[in-house]
Amino acid sequence: MDDVKLAAIAAECRVQIIRMLTHAGSGHPGGSLSVIDLVTTLLFDRMRHDPKRPDWPDRDRLILSKGHAVPALYAAMARAGYFPEERLITLRKLGSPLQGHPDRVALPGIEAATGSLGQGLSIATGMALGLRTAGSPARVYCIMGDGEIQEGQVWEAAMAAPQLGKPAHPLDNLVAILDYNRIQLDDFVAKIRDLEPVGAKWKAFGWPVIEIDGHDTAQIKKALDEAEATRGGPTFIVAHTVKGKGVSFMENNVEWHGKAPKPAEAVEAIREILGVSPAAWDDHLRTDTATRRLVDELRALEKK
Amino acid sequence: MAAKASRAAFGEALLDLGAREPRIVTLDADLSKSTMTMHFAKKYPDRAYNIGIAEANMIGIGAGLALTGKIPFVCSFACFIVGRFETIRISVGYTNANVKIVGTHSGIAIGEDGYSQMGLEDIACIRALPNIPIIQPADELETKQAIAYAVEHEGPLYLRLTRQNLEDVCPPDYRFRLGTWLVLRPGSDVTLVGSGGTVFNCVQAATLLAADGISAEVINAASIKPLDEDLLLRSAGKTGHVVTVEDHSIEGGLGGAVAEVLGELLPTPLKRLGVRGFGESGDPKGLYAKHGLDPAGIASSARKFLNR
Repeated sequence: MDDVKLAAIAAECRVQIIRMLTHAGSGHPGGSLSVIDLVTTLLFDRMRHDPKRPDWPDRDRLILSKGHAVPALYAAMARAGYFPEERLITLRKLGSPLQGHPDRVALPGIEAATGSLGQGLSIATGMALGLRTAGSPARVYCIMGDGEIQEGQVWEAAMAAPQLGKPAHPLDNLVAILDYNRIQLDDFVAKIRDLEPVGAKWKAFGWPVIEIDGHDTAQIKKALDEAEATRGGPTFIVAHTVKGKGVSFMENNVEWHGKAPKPAEAVEAIREILGVSPAAWDDHLRTDTATRRLVDELRALEKK
Repeated sequence: MAAKASRAAFGEALLDLGAREPRIVTLDADLSKSTMTMHFAKKYPDRAYNIGIAEANMIGIGAGLALTGKIPFVCSFACFIVGRFETIRISVGYTNANVKIVGTHSGIAIGEDGYSQMGLEDIACIRALPNIPIIQPADELETKQAIAYAVEHEGPLYLRLTRQNLEDVCPPDYRFRLGTWLVLRPGSDVTLVGSGGTVFNCVQAATLLAADGISAEVINAASIKPLDEDLLLRSAGKTGHVVTVEDHSIEGGLGGAVAEVLGELLPTPLKRLGVRGFGESGDPKGLYAKHGLDPAGIASSARKFLNR
């Protein structure tokens, strides 16, 4: 898929992320907005998957290990056709399959329960091993947060994955991606527990490391190409991202790690994501009826 | 059959089942010589993974393998594997991955290595998870059937095995079923509920009690979750006194599970025997005597309990 179309899908998903978090009244916008270009590029350009057959054995798998960013995944899954878009606003509500963190049992298409940080890469490694030994062509992608890789289990998996399956079944079907947005819940990662030199660490554990701008879909695709062409083991991609990307007041702001926007903030965020100036906004809403409805829907929440 | 450790029976069972079920794989964390999966690894080297001393990663990889259709047995000492509880909780439990978690070296019966190697809280931990059955077989026959059951069972499961040899207690025609207990010896004055390594001691305690004119019913509770509520209530209703005997912390294990059921459905005087405090180094017999889990200790507790 071309980069313009991918960017448009990512923007749509960003709008939906803001929408569902505002309805939910809680959740994690910062990390959802930093990861969304990675998620949409994977789902719409790269992965072989079928929303009608979420249990297709040879599907490519995406493990969102940083499960708190699941609004990004839900938005992309709805856009891809896993479930109706209307369901997005049930996020975090009683009885919804859209749990606050991914629930594999509740929502077909979710590959594993994540959100208890540090566990996804081990699961992805096991999947890659299972698929390889079964002769499946399927690939496995695991997205981790930067704060997340402070967890020890990540490094257990980092040590094991480049060695497992060798020599007959090396895990070159596995790609780990770091959403390096530089902010964790409490503060900047570098202030809490610095990861640097993060690329050198993964290299030392045996992973080829590719560094990219995680919002540049061309760069994401190129890195995924490189990973796919790599033989003999898994690949690690350091995706440099911006926390809260696309919404100026959320960008690089620790405060927006885990706080839902108020309706007025949500409308402002959506205006920015759509790239409409404040002066042109009212005119825009007169012609863009879909956004008009969305804005009305969000403003109605104010009165609740 | 001669006395055999349930870990040894497990190792043998895997060899047999591995030939019939190609989806079985084993994962170890540098203890395959102790968990007895080394035999499987030797026979099926491409289906056995030694992950290294990284139990959480082993459990997670097991979950990933299960999600691609394998039937992984992830194996370590009970304390080390259940010690990675959060990974079991999310990657296996909540994910509902078809992982067979095997904890060997359960209880103070491991003796000299001391507390840090003793699985004493594993039942309490796993019991709190909604979808992981717990099986603790009492002899070779039951272990082999339990392993076969684990392969058939769709979903996660916890097997608690012993380092020490276990005497045969089940009859030759015994068939293991999840949620079903076995009366090894009928009685009318008191019910002794044992599991795993304590079952044979309960049988011997019943013999001692019989000499004092006390008729003890002995139950082998291999299925700790779910319990056999019907059998428990029937036996408790008949004898009016229940004693649980387990090589596990006195809190949260078999005794706790039995107390929950009796407390809600049929309040019955209950005496729980188990391990109080941390374990310690020592010879296994001495440790069992200290904690009252040997036949004499069980019989003595039962007598006191019955005021006889």
